Amino acid sequence: MTYQTLLGYLPAIMPELVLGGGIMLVLLYGVFRGERSLISTALLTLLVLCVAAYYVVLGASDARVLAFGGSVVIDPFASFLKLLILGASAVAMIMALEFLKHEKLNRFEYPVLIGLSALGMLIMVSANDLMVLYVGLEMQSLALYVLAAFSRDNTRSTEAGLKYFVLGALSSGMLLYGISLIYGMSGTLNFDVLKGVIETQGMSIGLVIGMVFLAAGLAFKISAAPFHMWTPDVYEGAPTPVTAFFAAAPKVAAMGLFLRVLFGPFEAAVAQWQQIIIVLSVASMTLGAFAAIGQSNIKRLMAYSSIGHVGFALLGFVAGGEAGVKGVLIYLAIYVAMTLGAFICILAMRREGRQVEEIADLSGLSTTQPGLALALLVLMFSMIGIPPFAGFWAKFYVFLPVVEQGLYWLAVVGFLASVVSAVYYLKILRVIYFDDPAPRFTEPSYPGNGVLLAMSVLFITFFIFWPAPLLNAAGVAASSLVK
Amino acid sequence: MLMALAFYLFAAVLTVAAVMVIAARNPVHSVLFLILAFFNAAGLFVLLGAEFLAMTLVIVYVGAVAVLFLFVVMMLDIDFTELREGFLNYAPIGGLIGGVLLIELVLFLGGMMVAPASSAPRASPVREGVSNTQALGEVIYTQYIFVFQAAGMILLIAMIGAIVLTLRERTGVRRQNVAAQVGRTRAQAVENVDIKPGAGI
Repeated sequence: MTYQTLLGYLPAIMPELVLGGGIMLVLLYGVFRGERSLISTALLTLLVLCVAAYYVVLGASDARVLAFGGSVVIDPFASFLKLLILGASAVAMIMALEFLKHEKLNRFEYPVLIGLSALGMLIMVSANDLMVLYVGLEMQSLALYVLAAFSRDNTRSTEAGLKYFVLGALSSGMLLYGISLIYGMSGTLNFDVLKGVIETQGMSIGLVIGMVFLAAGLAFKISAAPFHMWTPDVYEGAPTPVTAFFAAAPKVAAMGLFLRVLFGPFEAAVAQWQQIIIVLSVASMTLGAFAAIGQSNIKRLMAYSSIGHVGFALLGFVAGGEAGVKGVLIYLAIYVAMTLGAFICILAMRREGRQVEEIADLSGLSTTQPGLALALLVLMFSMIGIPPFAGFWAKFYVFLPVVEQGLYWLAVVGFLASVVSAVYYLKILRVIYFDDPAPRFTEPSYPGNGVLLAMSVLFITFFIFWPAPLLNAAGVAASSLVK
Repeated sequence: MLMALAFYLFAAVLTVAAVMVIAARNPVHSVLFLILAFFNAAGLFVLLGAEFLAMTLVIVYVGAVAVLFLFVVMMLDIDFTELREGFLNYAPIGGLIGGVLLIELVLFLGGMMVAPASSAPRASPVREGVSNTQALGEVIYTQYIFVFQAAGMILLIAMIGAIVLTLRERTGVRRQNVAAQVGRTRAQAVENVDIKPGAGI
């Protein structure tokens, strides 16, 4: 491999280069400016994320471009997920500013860590090699561990960081064990070669075990039941904007990676992995629906809600084919919009200089702050999946291929889980609309969060009139993964 | 013949040293046995023709990790004999579980064939006349440059993380002020004092 060949690969990985280089410059700037430079570093990071997104769009084509000896792949599937990841990271970073200022956490490392985590996620969704997969996954996870413990003087935050770290290390261990078994049994790390090996020689027992371990490690990262145990504690303990970030971007990246692994190298082994995914999906949907009912802390409730949503998205894996993958991608995009909107509302729950997190604190919000109450109404209806909101269409596009595949029982389970989950979403709305009003929440000092919330709510409400861009993009992305 | 002799020497010392790591009463002795084990493992690597791995093992594990262990063991005031109490009580059940695992592994390995696809990478030896270090360098900085650089970013994140989570601005600590040090003139720093003999300052 000559010097010229390596230079020829650089245009393909421009988004990663821009993000990595840009974040290092922002870090230098932050170190020189010192502690008081949160706003400027956040704006600079936003700029870097936007430039990276620009290069993703610029490099997007229908072709499948391989770089670095086939270990990195750039296709519409990767580009779609990269845009989603960059968008979610940018929103999660901007919405944090108000919170960080009030909680005395205004340190420039926050945007830097978000950016570095996003870099890891970009590498993850472009991985075409088990080694790149692992390196990307570790990069995003390491930044997330630090972010979870970012409020280091708060016991719950440090506990969340430590828990996430220990359990994340365990899942990485399982993942690595799976990778080493796959390498030992197939003699390759590259996805394309691995696919050829499986198609010609079939799945040996060792490969099946390796794949199961790989799937378990990835299920940990997307917090699918029964690998969800860390989620409620970490979501509750981590600072709220960090929780919002956890619920959005890393899920997208890990789901994308999961799709790429199962529909890439292990496509021929669908009989082996389909049953695993069915178990994960059914367990996540039911656990997400039932365990959330008893929660009184809204962040914990959102954790169970996200477990449930992962279960619904996994339905698309089970259905398989282009329609299934397209359904997962649409679900992820709409889920990110809904969940970030919901967390902006949670961030607005601030009273007497303190962040409040109980559902009871929302009581009577419809009389004190009708705008916020309306936004929550739309978001909750969308999360239940009531038409015409976007959440309904997200569920529609994953249920449809499942039904077309003839897996009626699975669709029925999903529908029932959806109905049960309506209980706790409606419970929040009951508190907001029918309980006695509590004191008003403090008005935010930056207008940013209001704008972002409005964008989320408008997207969810009017998605039905203008669904074509998302559907088309998801369709192109899905067809590039599943041929 | 000489190779076989060297192998048995290294292997025997390695095994004995490894047993002594967990058997020695004094934790400092354990760490010293660990270092001995590392050196003998490095010797085995040299016999296999993996001289780069051997040198890394000595430099990284003996030079850094084991010395760090030694510091930790010497600094911490832990009563290791107390920690070890009850070891014998658990030994039978531990041995039983270990034995079951061993039998299962033997059965598993006995019935297992080496995957045919994995024979290709195993049977790709280093080219004649190329040292380990050169062979590694040829792929790390070309084929694996992306992963290599990404690993560098992970180390950067680890560094940022350590600083974010532990560095505190402490008050009452005198910090170095380079500009003030460099900007000092002779007049500010040196003073001629006239002292009478035997009087002191």
